Order: sequence, then structure tokens, then C-alpha cells
Amino acid sequence: MTGDNSDLPPAPIRAGDGLAGLKRFTPARIGLGRPGAALPTGDALKFGRDHARARDAVHVPLDFDALEAELAKAELDAPGLASIRVHSAARDRTEYLRRPDLGRRLSPDSRAQLQSTDASADIVLVAADGLSSRAVADNGPPLVARLVPLLRERGHSLGPIVLVAQGRVAIGDEIGEVLGARLVVMLIGERPGLSAADSLGAYLTFAPHVGCSDSMRNCISNIRAAGLSVADAATEIGALADAALAHQLTGVTLNRALTAARQIGGS
Amino acid sequence: MPYGTILDGTRWSFPDLKTLLAKASPARSGDELAGIAAESAIERVAAQLALADLPLKTCLDEVVIPYEADEVTRLIVDSHDAAAFAPIAHLTIGEFREFLLDPATSAVDLSGLAPGLTPEMAAAVSKLCRVQDLIAVAAKTHVTTRFRNTIGLPSRLSTRLQPNHPTDESRGIAASLLDGILHGAGDAVVGVNPATDRLEDYIRIVTLLDDIRLKLDAPTQSCCLGHVTTAIEAINRGAPVDLVFQSIAGSEKANRGFGVDLKLLDEACQAGLSLQRGSIGDNVMYFETGQGSALSADAHFGVDQQTMEARAYAVARHYRPLIVNTVVGFIGPEYLFNGKEIIRAGLEDHFCGKLLGLPMGCDVCYTNHAEADQDDMDVLLTVLSAAGVTFVIVVPGADDVMLNYQSLAYHDVAYVRRTLNRPAAPEFEAWLQRVGLARTGLDPALSAAVRDTAAVAPALRYLEGLLA
Repeated sequence: MTGDNSDLPPAPIRAGDGLAGLKRFTPARIGLGRPGAALPTGDALKFGRDHARARDAVHVPLDFDALEAELAKAELDAPGLASIRVHSAARDRTEYLRRPDLGRRLSPDSRAQLQSTDASADIVLVAADGLSSRAVADNGPPLVARLVPLLRERGHSLGPIVLVAQGRVAIGDEIGEVLGARLVVMLIGERPGLSAADSLGAYLTFAPHVGCSDSMRNCISNIRAAGLSVADAATEIGALADAALAHQLTGVTLNRALTAARQIGGS
Repeated sequence: MPYGTILDGTRWSFPDLKTLLAKASPARSGDELAGIAAESAIERVAAQLALADLPLKTCLDEVVIPYEADEVTRLIVDSHDAAAFAPIAHLTIGEFREFLLDPATSAVDLSGLAPGLTPEMAAAVSKLCRVQDLIAVAAKTHVTTRFRNTIGLPSRLSTRLQPNHPTDESRGIAASLLDGILHGAGDAVVGVNPATDRLEDYIRIVTLLDDIRLKLDAPTQSCCLGHVTTAIEAINRGAPVDLVFQSIAGSEKANRGFGVDLKLLDEACQAGLSLQRGSIGDNVMYFETGQGSALSADAHFGVDQQTMEARAYAVARHYRPLIVNTVVGFIGPEYLFNGKEIIRAGLEDHFCGKLLGLPMGCDVCYTNHAEADQDDMDVLLTVLSAAGVTFVIVVPGADDVMLNYQSLAYHDVAYVRRTLNRPAAPEFEAWLQRVGLARTGLDPALSAAVRDTAAVAPALRYLEGLLA
């Protein structure tokens, strides 16, 4: 059978016309043509482009100088907010990918640096590259510009913004603990998919300390231009921060408390 | 009991079986993350030498997780078939590898052997196998299961059609499903990973999948990959549940991380059987597994990730599943770093699953932070097909828009059918030809069928009903 082309269609399939009307119901790659058994050249290259974007989001280092400059511009709206740059215990991207445990802890130098920082506050904002530098570069500064005045208006004091290289979500626990924050808000690049390589996640953890479990956090995900807008994300984070500081908790127990409150309010 | 060998004048010693197995494992990031991998290439070979000389029955005498502490160990020990093991009881692990490769050892021999093998035996011998050994032995094993069609016949390849949608939207699921049908996919199962674990969504999804199957009159089965507790509740409410799904792992603690234990799986299997929906067989369970899941749940007990994976197959085979697959590249680079590690792991999982008597398939897949790409998936698909993999998972354009990872495309199976001569399950193959979706079993989804969707017209009319 190999090499026998008698069963092949007479001409390459260019479009799945019969399913064209269904494409509006799903972002999935349906209705692709099929020359022989393969993808049409255009679709194969489009896939390659999307994978390249995702790979670059993971591997192109976050430009912290540019990020600080953008944050400084944001300070026009929120003066007086300093940023501190730290590094996780993962020395480079390869070690970061192989050793998630190291990405969750500060390097000894960075820990010492934060220990000598006097920055007691209700909320510490942390921004980490995570698995998408692009997510942080594109969405971090505009989100911070919205979030900082919003949190201040609600009467919360803010510590410095901590910028983390090679960081995972849980490094916010150690940062918050060392700085004595009541609540840490971690903004981090999410694992890129083919359809979105610029998705930012926000994780809120009350009473952060080394060893917090993921069930002790609240998460807002898919913050990006084509997903949850920074304006809506800032509003959601603000509301969650209010609730976290009022109830003195985050995570599944906060969700339960909020659900219970809604049920009482609605009855 | 310590094991050891002398290599180049150096005495290497390994305190127990689980350490020996870990040190003998071909390199992978997960064992390094766990701190149990060989620390040098020569230590790995020393461990493999010691392992090769070990009597196979050592795996019966010394368990890797204590019997008292772990119900999976108890299942392995208590269900071991000593009579089936008798023909190979005298072999070392190195001799066992040669026995498996011997042309005189037939598929019938291997089927008879399966109940006498423990996961640790399968894992141990796999560590002495090169890729071609993993392919050659697996290609000799035949495991056949049935629900509405016959899965696992020699020289055939089935597919799970995975029409996921980011928010479980019915029309979105249906659109991807019909696209897959036009490519001739879906004979192993049409299976949706739900975005939520809500009961009402589970019932809506299985009802949708069953309605479309009936409209198409296709000899296949469907599944919503929710939790078994959701499946049991849906069955209690009369939902049309074909296959009952669960993710499982190789220790009691890891399974508790998935919210299950053997008692609950018993209950789920009984619930599935009670519906008697299979027309030609009663294999009602579907399991997914994957190296690294026990470690990620901190439930590996110092056992290497490949041995832990094989232990999950002992859980699976207890329930006579229709299909089982490893989701090999999904877990991320901290467990399987690159294409090389993913490819080897996929072949190991398939080999061990087949030796232990499972209808073993594979989700040939990777994430964007792993050092892998579609070329690696082409290689793994091709070598797994050579090894006689029972089924693979396919999604539109290799892009799963719900789980955000890359699996195989519907197209990729058309490539295997043509290039390696692997038709679908016979009942499904006949159906594809009957409705005009294939001229031969090796050439599903001809151009005419893609341009003119007459073959799926009843399903499209049903879909229009959903839109109205």
C-alpha cells in the first residue's frame, strides 16, 4: 500500500467547505484542508508561527530595564512607588524549567536584600517573568498603573513592587513573608498556549509565608488584550484584595465565605 | 537487601530494589528533580548490570512501597498469578529481556504471562531495553477489548477523537467532533475533557455525544472525562454514560490526590457495567496515566517515575478497561525535559502496559515549555505505530484549545494509515466505507467527503436543531 497513490484525491484539498459554517462555534483548528495526509502549507506554517510565539514567550528573557522604565511612567499616576529587582534560586532558564522548587525560592543574595528593606505594608505587588516574559512586558505596566491608585483609594498601604527574574508563583510567599506583607499580589506570565502567548495571571495570597499551598490562593487568569482586559482585571483584583483583607484569608476558604455571603444576601 | 556490582574496579552498592531501579533508569528530569537518579553515566550502567543479574522473583520478594502502607502494593501482591509466572520464575531480569525478544516467544505466550507479571518486573526489564527492544516486544503483544467495536486487533490503529472546547459549548464540541469524523477519527472513543466538573455539564456533554453517535449510527463509544464521582451521579440520574473515566497513579496516596481509591473505582466500574450499553463487549472503563504524576503529588516514596507509572497499570488492569493511555508529554519539562525523554517514556509506557495486559494507547503530546516540537511527535507516533500502539489521541490541527497543549492532528492518523498500513477497528472501518467517508480503510476522508458533508448530514441537521 505504501507509495500506492491510486486512492489519493485527484487534487489537493484546499478548504473544508462543508465545515466552514461551523468555524464560528469554536477557536479549534477545524475545517483544514488535507493534501494527501498532511496539512496544507499555509496551515502548517501558521501552526509553526504560533508555536514560535509561545517558545519565544518562554525563552526570550524579560527586559527588566524596559519594565522598570514602563513602571516609572506608570508612576505618573501613582507617585512614590519604588521597585526592587530580585532573582530566584534558579540561575538560568534551563534550571528554572528543570527545577520548579528553585523558582519558588529567592536566591540568598535577594533574600538578604529584601531583609534589609524596610517596607511593611498591607499589600506587596510582585511581578515575575514566569513562563511568558511577553505577558509581563505587555500587560504588567498597564495593570499596575490601574491597580495602584485603585488599591490606594480603598485605603490599603502598598510596599515596593518586587520584580522577580526566573520566578514561580510561590516565590511571592517568601517575598511577602520577608517584607511582612499582609497580602501578596503576584502578577506572573502564564504557560503560553498556541492561541495565546501573552496571558498574565494574578495570584492573591493572604498572610504569605514559605509553604503556602495553592489552595490558599485566589487566581485571576487570562489577563491580556484579547482576554480579560487590564481594566476588568484591576477591578477584580481590587475586589478580591478588599475581601481578603476583610476576611483575613484567601483561597478556597475565601471562595466559600464569599459564596455563603452571596447566598445570604440573595435570600 | 543491598545489591551491587564491580565495574572498572569500583564497587557500586545499592541499598534496596527501589534505589537500584531508580539508578538504572535511563536519564530523565523527573528522577533528577526527585533526587533519585544516577549521579553519573557509569553509576547508571553499574545499576543496570546489577539489575540484569537480579532474579525476576526479587520483585515478588521485595516490594518498593510497603504492603501495609499502600493498597496498590496490596493489589499487586494479592492478585499475582503464581501459575502464570511459573514458566519464567527461574529467569534473571537480563534473561527475561532475551526471553521477550526471542522469536519463539509468541503473542499467545505473552498474553498468558501477563497475570504473572508485576509492574516492577515490567519496569525493571524496560530499563534494560533500547528503543528497538521496546518496539519489538510490544509489537508481539495483542490485547483486544470490546464495547461497540473491537479495539486492539493486530496491525490496526484506533483513535480517540478529542473535541474539546474552552467552555464546553455544545456547538463548539459538535463542530470539532464532526471535523474529526470527516477525517475518519473516533473509533476508540469520542472523549471530551470538560472545563468544569459540574454534574449538569457532564450530563449535557455525554447526552450530546450520544445523540450525535446515534444520528451518525457510528459503531463507537463516547466519554466525558469528568471525575468518577460525577460519572456515578450521572449514571444514577439516567445519563447515557458509555465509558467511565478516571486519572489514576501508582500509589494509594497519589490516587487520593486524584480523589479516588480502589473501593471508589470498584463502585464506578459497577455503575458503568450496570447500564449494559456495550453492544459486543463490556469493557467499560477508560483510564489515563502519566509518568511524574506520583512525584507531583509527593506520593512516589522514593520510587522512580517510570516504575510508579507501571504500578498505575496494575490498578488499571483490575477493571478490564476498554482503553488506557499515558498522557506522556503533558506534565511538563521538570518530569520529561525534551523530545528524547518524551519519546522514550511513551515507548516505555506502551511496552509496560502491553506486557501487563492492557489495551495501551498514548496521548502523543507536549507543552510549549518542553524542549519538543511537532517533529518529535511525528517520531513518537511513527515508532508507537511500529510498536502496535492500540490508539492515539487526535484533536483539530494538533492544538487542544481547552487544555492548551499540543497533541496529534486528525491529519496525523491519515498519515499513519497510509504510510504504515494501519486501518481503524474493523466495525468502524466498515462504517466509514458504508457512509462514504472512505473508499478504503486506509484512506478516510476523501476530498469529496470533505467538500460534501452528506455522510454527516444527519448530525449537521441535529446541530441545526441545537442552534435553533
